[in-house]
Amino acid sequence: MNTNNDTIQGLVGGDYKYGFVTDVEADAVAPGLNEGVIAAISRKKNEPGFMLDWRLKAYRHWLTLQEPRWANLRYPPIDYQSIVYYSAPKKAGQGPKSLAEVDPKLLETYERLGIPLHERERLAGVAVDAVFDSVSVATTFREKLAELGIVFCSFSEAVQQHPDLVRKYLGTVVPYTDNYFAALNAAVFSDGSFCYIPKGVRCPMELSTYFRINAANTGQFERTLIVAEEGSRVSYLEGCTAPMRDENQLHAAVVELLALDRAEIKYSTVQNWYPGDAQGRGGIYNFVTKRGLCKGRESKISWTQVETGSAITWKYPSCVLLGENSTGEFYSVAVTNHYQQADTGTKMIHIGRNTRSTIVSKGISAGHGQNSYRGLVRIRKSAENARNFSQCDSLLLGDRCGAHTFPYLEAANPTARVEHEATTSKIGEDQIFYCNQRGLATQDAVNMIVNGYCKEVFKQLPMEFAVEAQKLLGVSLDGSVG
Amino acid sequence: MTPLLEINQLNATVEGRQILKGLSLTVHAGEVHAIMGPNGSGKSTLASILSGRPGYEVTGGSAALDGEDLLGMKPEDRARKGLFLAFQYPVEIPGVNSTYFLKAALNEVRKARGLPELDALEFLEFIKAKMKVLELDPSLLNRPVNEGFSGGEKKRNEIFQMAILEPRLAILDETDSGLDIDALRIVAEGVNRLRKPDNAQVVITHYQRLLDYIVPDYVHVLHDGRIVKSGGKELAYELERRGYDWLTSEARPVSPELTTA
Ligand SMILES: Nc1ncnc2c1ncn2[C@@H]1O[C@H](COP(=O)(O)OP(=O)(O)OP(=O)(O)O)[C@@H](O)[C@H]1O
Ligand SMILES: [Mg+2]
Repeated sequence: MNTNNDTIQGLVGGDYKYGFVTDVEADAVAPGLNEGVIAAISRKKNEPGFMLDWRLKAYRHWLTLQEPRWANLRYPPIDYQSIVYYSAPKKAGQGPKSLAEVDPKLLETYERLGIPLHERERLAGVAVDAVFDSVSVATTFREKLAELGIVFCSFSEAVQQHPDLVRKYLGTVVPYTDNYFAALNAAVFSDGSFCYIPKGVRCPMELSTYFRINAANTGQFERTLIVAEEGSRVSYLEGCTAPMRDENQLHAAVVELLALDRAEIKYSTVQNWYPGDAQGRGGIYNFVTKRGLCKGRESKISWTQVETGSAITWKYPSCVLLGENSTGEFYSVAVTNHYQQADTGTKMIHIGRNTRSTIVSKGISAGHGQNSYRGLVRIRKSAENARNFSQCDSLLLGDRCGAHTFPYLEAANPTARVEHEATTSKIGEDQIFYCNQRGLATQDAVNMIVNGYCKEVFKQLPMEFAVEAQKLLGVSLDGSVG
Repeated sequence: MTPLLEINQLNATVEGRQILKGLSLTVHAGEVHAIMGPNGSGKSTLASILSGRPGYEVTGGSAALDGEDLLGMKPEDRARKGLFLAFQYPVEIPGVNSTYFLKAALNEVRKARGLPELDALEFLEFIKAKMKVLELDPSLLNRPVNEGFSGGEKKRNEIFQMAILEPRLAILDETDSGLDIDALRIVAEGVNRLRKPDNAQVVITHYQRLLDYIVPDYVHVLHDGRIVKSGGKELAYELERRGYDWLTSEARPVSPELTTA
């Protein structure tokens, strides 16, 4: 039927609510990248010598690498010399700070974003670390967590207060040699979150980091490291937004997770970086390396991501299943609307015996969006009785968008059991009409169908975030069918 | 009295092909009309156009619900105004829970009627009785809309939805096809119970058998895009006996006045 296009096209184009800019004075280095800039970043952060050495090694390695171009993504060359690699709100200052010291303008920003930073918001039951441009501005609930021996603080602070832990674990899961963007991040990262859960401790609340890019022409390079000792458990949530700007901004983060014997880490992301406008102008380039190492036996790492933002997404949260009986999971919803492009998926590397992995990926494309799932399941020879189940579904709204899947499987052990299911569906005009005929408006019908489609992933999220994610999806697809 | 549905000289095309060729029909509140006619004569097309399915182009004529122009309205507004179509081929909507779907639909319709929305508990209470009448397997409601339903279950589910939404004008497109004999009786019984002085039903069918259960006030024969004969319920028996040949060979449109009481 000829009206398909009009009908499905109109629905795209909800407003990005987080596009405002906060007017704070910034302490920034000049644009460009060289050893001097890296030394300046390290100096500003008052880092011990081992950090600067590591950064410089990473930088020198980065110079030998080529930007990867194998992903199904199209974008103009990135000029690494025009980026500002460090920008911090002036008043934030250095080191640990209580909320009372935080610039009220920043607190207001987070209020506007719906992130309560005040300890009195205890009822929310979520400890938050907020990263504004390059530095962490506040971490809540710290004392309460400290009573249990949990360290939850900004990365800068961890370098000062727990240098031994940082030195021991930094780069052990994602070495700076890993890839182009991981090397860049290692050289210039300015902050992020650090989290250490001691042996046997179950973290009593959600830990959450909220990333915000504010300054113009600034890259954000944060690094998160979570170590879960034997028998411990933690659930961690990350959220991201940025102002609306016409130029593209680079975000290249690294997340490292380490789970020891019987430890469990659940890492959830609701990524809502500015996606660019309806014509494809502006938006964040999101090149992120996330990896978890299930080092201990019976350990478990679970990634859940809801990716609605960014102009470009290049991201493959992965699990290395080294410990016997360890488990890796990846649950993903990725939305591309307008001219957004996403190349995202996971890698499950089975090394230990009886390791298991589950992959559930739901791609949604609307407008001119291009959505690619790229996944690798590798079963090494040592991985006796490994199992993987993968399900990759694509949903198309309209016929100007695209969905692609690139599943790779390498099984070197004959006892491996691997199942892969994939579907591609289109929200059919007849489905929308059926809903209309029962009194539902087209937008509501689309939301209903999309939410139904994502249910399996949403139910992995902590309750209140699942509700948020559902709303976010509605906004992202607003107007994608008329 | 304003008719509930008034169709006047309706002309419509699909993919550039003319399907409806000057179709007129008037339905008053309290009436049941049956529409019969050979395959491809335009019965489902008529239902589609009245309910606003995209892809059809009206090239002439008019259709009004309660005196209000239907053809300019969005499909959801037609539904909210009380037009219901029981689909010949109900659509599966994977991932969308039936109960959730129905509650959302009912609340849209209630909003339009100025009634308060029902919460989950009130809704469950509300549908209990309707489920009994249609002897609907409650487990169907926990499944995605129509997904994997058998042909008969889908049809029964359509009438269940009708029972919930309580439309003013219901168009039933071959609801009987795919139903076994017991189901046919149950579904017809359900439809009859929904009959009220202020609503009306248009029943599209190929078989006189359905009309033993849902007794029509009028029977119309649709052929080649227009109504070529109208009569009382005995016309259905005649058609069963004689087929359509005797009508289609001398097919000519009847005037609109003849199609109503
Ligand atoms: N979307 C479409 N594209 C092309 N032709 C169509 C379309 N919809 C209907 N038609 C044609 O219009 C004519 C009438 O179809 P319609 O479905 O209304 O018939 P019907 O009377 O309901 O038949 P049946 O008794 O078989 O259900 C048929 O020739 C059909 O092929
Ligand atoms: Mg038909």
